[in-house]
Amino acid sequence: MIKAWFKSGSPWVWLNAAAVSTSIILVVGLLILIAVRGLGHFWSSDIVEYLYDDGFQQTVIIGEVVETSRMTVNEAKASGYKVPDNAEFFEQRLIKTGNRDILGSDFRWIQSQYIKKQSYLKDLIVLERREWGNFYGRLVSVKENGKIVAEGGKAYQVAQQSIDRALELFDEIEFLQKKKIGSINYALEHLRLKNRRLQLQGKWNEDEAQQQTAGKTFYEQSYQELQKRLVGLYLKIRRDSLVVKDSSDTTVEIPVAKVVRLLQPNAMNVAEKIWQYGIKFFDFVSEVPREANTEGGIFPAIFGTVMMVMLMAVIVTPFGVIAAVYMREYASQGLTIRIIRIAVNNLAGVPSIVYGVFGLGFFVYILGGKIDQLFYPEAAPAPVFGTPGLLWASLTLALLTLPVVIVSTEEGLARIPKSIREGSLALGATKSETLWRTVLPMASPAMMTGLILAVARAAGEVAPLMLVGVVKMAPTLPVDGNFPFLHLERKFMHLGFHIYDVGFQSPNVEAARPLVYATSLLLVLVIIGLNVFAIGIRNHLREKYRALEN
Amino acid sequence: MKMSVEQTPTRAIKINSLKVSDREAAHELLETSIKIERLNLFYGEKQALFDVDMEVPKMKVTAYIGPSGCGKSTLLRSINRMNDLIDSVRIEGKILLDGEDIYHKSVNVADLRRRVGMVFQKPNPFPKSIYENVAYGLRIQGLNDRRTLDETVEQSLKGAALWDEVKGRLHENALGMSGGQQQRLVIARAIAIQPEVMLLDEPASALDPISTLKIEELINELKEKYTIVIVTHNMQQAARVSDYTAFMYMGKLIEFGSTSELFTNPKQKQTEDYITGRYG
Repeated sequence: MIKAWFKSGSPWVWLNAAAVSTSIILVVGLLILIAVRGLGHFWSSDIVEYLYDDGFQQTVIIGEVVETSRMTVNEAKASGYKVPDNAEFFEQRLIKTGNRDILGSDFRWIQSQYIKKQSYLKDLIVLERREWGNFYGRLVSVKENGKIVAEGGKAYQVAQQSIDRALELFDEIEFLQKKKIGSINYALEHLRLKNRRLQLQGKWNEDEAQQQTAGKTFYEQSYQELQKRLVGLYLKIRRDSLVVKDSSDTTVEIPVAKVVRLLQPNAMNVAEKIWQYGIKFFDFVSEVPREANTEGGIFPAIFGTVMMVMLMAVIVTPFGVIAAVYMREYASQGLTIRIIRIAVNNLAGVPSIVYGVFGLGFFVYILGGKIDQLFYPEAAPAPVFGTPGLLWASLTLALLTLPVVIVSTEEGLARIPKSIREGSLALGATKSETLWRTVLPMASPAMMTGLILAVARAAGEVAPLMLVGVVKMAPTLPVDGNFPFLHLERKFMHLGFHIYDVGFQSPNVEAARPLVYATSLLLVLVIIGLNVFAIGIRNHLREKYRALEN
Repeated sequence: MKMSVEQTPTRAIKINSLKVSDREAAHELLETSIKIERLNLFYGEKQALFDVDMEVPKMKVTAYIGPSGCGKSTLLRSINRMNDLIDSVRIEGKILLDGEDIYHKSVNVADLRRRVGMVFQKPNPFPKSIYENVAYGLRIQGLNDRRTLDETVEQSLKGAALWDEVKGRLHENALGMSGGQQQRLVIARAIAIQPEVMLLDEPASALDPISTLKIEELINELKEKYTIVIVTHNMQQAARVSDYTAFMYMGKLIEFGSTSELFTNPKQKQTEDYITGRYG
């Protein structure tokens, strides 16, 4: 009976099916876990108020329930907790209490058995601040120039208006500081370097000196003007403040300038919460990080990742394709080319950190150092290209993914039917004309496959990037409004490194944990997005250059 | 001009009967297009062609027949140097096209192939539009003038008896056509660059009977303008379309003569055995 079953081959089929389903479950499970944990972060959960009495003192705790953990009575007793004998189980809750400036930490574990009263009153507020994390409590009043302008029920509305006004001012200040003053600094630095260069070349003369002084005076004047405007804006933004009460009824005054968002989650219905969710998520993907990356958005990291991957694609594709064309079309297929092919394949197996070390040693120090010596002597001792940056990171990753592109392109070239080449040659085309007009277009889907694999690998790579260009916090994006607009020498932020940094290098790990998941989700989405884009192009090419059936 | 299969051989015989009466005189009348002199061809160590001598007449259809592996395709591919693509090939002897040795060092292979077009066994259109397929050879020559291209494409497609079927969808992918249409497209593509000689390597062997018939009719029309050399497996086809026939066996040219004579009155025993179906 069993023997017959084995003979029939069905155990093998079952085994195969099991392997496939396990893989699918694992992948889907991973995605679901990341998605749920990461996306939950943006939901405005209700704020709870507990009357808590652990036998020593009675306190009021206000915050969001983050996690509930249960253990059996015996386990709890073994761990040293006091548990009443008639209890069925022992429960603890992790509460995000915020108010780090007052309480010292954002989170607190409490034991459910000591909760005397729990309520979800509608007047509880959460304040998202630029410093010290969230504030949980109650709104008392809104002050304008130190005078109370709204109190009680009306305070919430007035506070929202005041916050909107402050946010607008804040954006203006940011714009002036980053864009305008940034440009002036950039231009001044440019002038200084020009000055230094001319001096080094011995071309420094009176005319130049006058021009320089004129330039400097001009920029300094505009700087003074901007500074004046900034001071005015600072005064304006400091006008209002919110008076709030924390869980122990202590009143605190918080300047509106420091507030990002004010919400009353308990008073919001589902539609409002979904709306808020959208806003928070949008802010997450479009804003810069705050507070050592534990708050705010991740836009620079998304931008850096996409930028680096695209730059890498631009470098690796032509390079890999040209190499593959030579290996497949022109080189004589002897022992040498076979050894080279094996070597290329093995290159794909070299650990990525090794590429990082190579990139740092060769690209950054040798190549970058030489470039600095030759083209930027005026900047010395500060390095321009002789320091990790976007260009070197892209080059390193291009090197890392080169084998993939070569191998796929070679396979694509090998698959083009001989009859097509002969057809072209028979019409009087030379070999290179045949290659350019027929063979390469037909092999383009294979090149795209190589590129897709390369992008998938490069976008997720972190280790080598830490050596050749990624930083925790980049003050400027690699692209901005200052000529030449694309600054390849700049350091950049990367989603993969951001995950590592937020999750393991941050001062406030507990608060940052949801961000780790959210960032991971974003990284996966970015890679999927890049891949879908590339796959779309490939399918289009496939349709266009559909080869002859066999 | 519509022609049925039955009429074709009669017509051929009629032309040939003139020459059968006085072969010597007829040969002088015919101009030679391709002259093959003592051609030996080796694939590495293995010799594939032995001392082949042949004069392919101009503006006639010459068929190569013989069993598989007899070297007829190899001989055909020597005429436009397609064998050059195989690394191990070595050639001795001469092939003269209009008196010039095509294997001479000074010959530009691309130019030669422009003069000697080729159609392969399996239709091999490029994965481009019908229009671009026909225009391919012209574009290679650097011709990009829209009007000239339009004209040539139309003329070539008409020449390949395909115009009426495709004139409405010139810019659709050629791979969407039927096998027979594809093969005629490939012929049109070859016509477009106005070669002197057309080499057809079993052009109908991958096609259904109706498409085969169309290709054969086309060959009959094409010989008005081109010297045609056709390799075929099918003796009836050789009898129907060709004016001259060469029988090859084991890399040697056994017999070469006018089609009617070779089929009705073979001089060699091997030829007779083959055409009567004793082997092959």
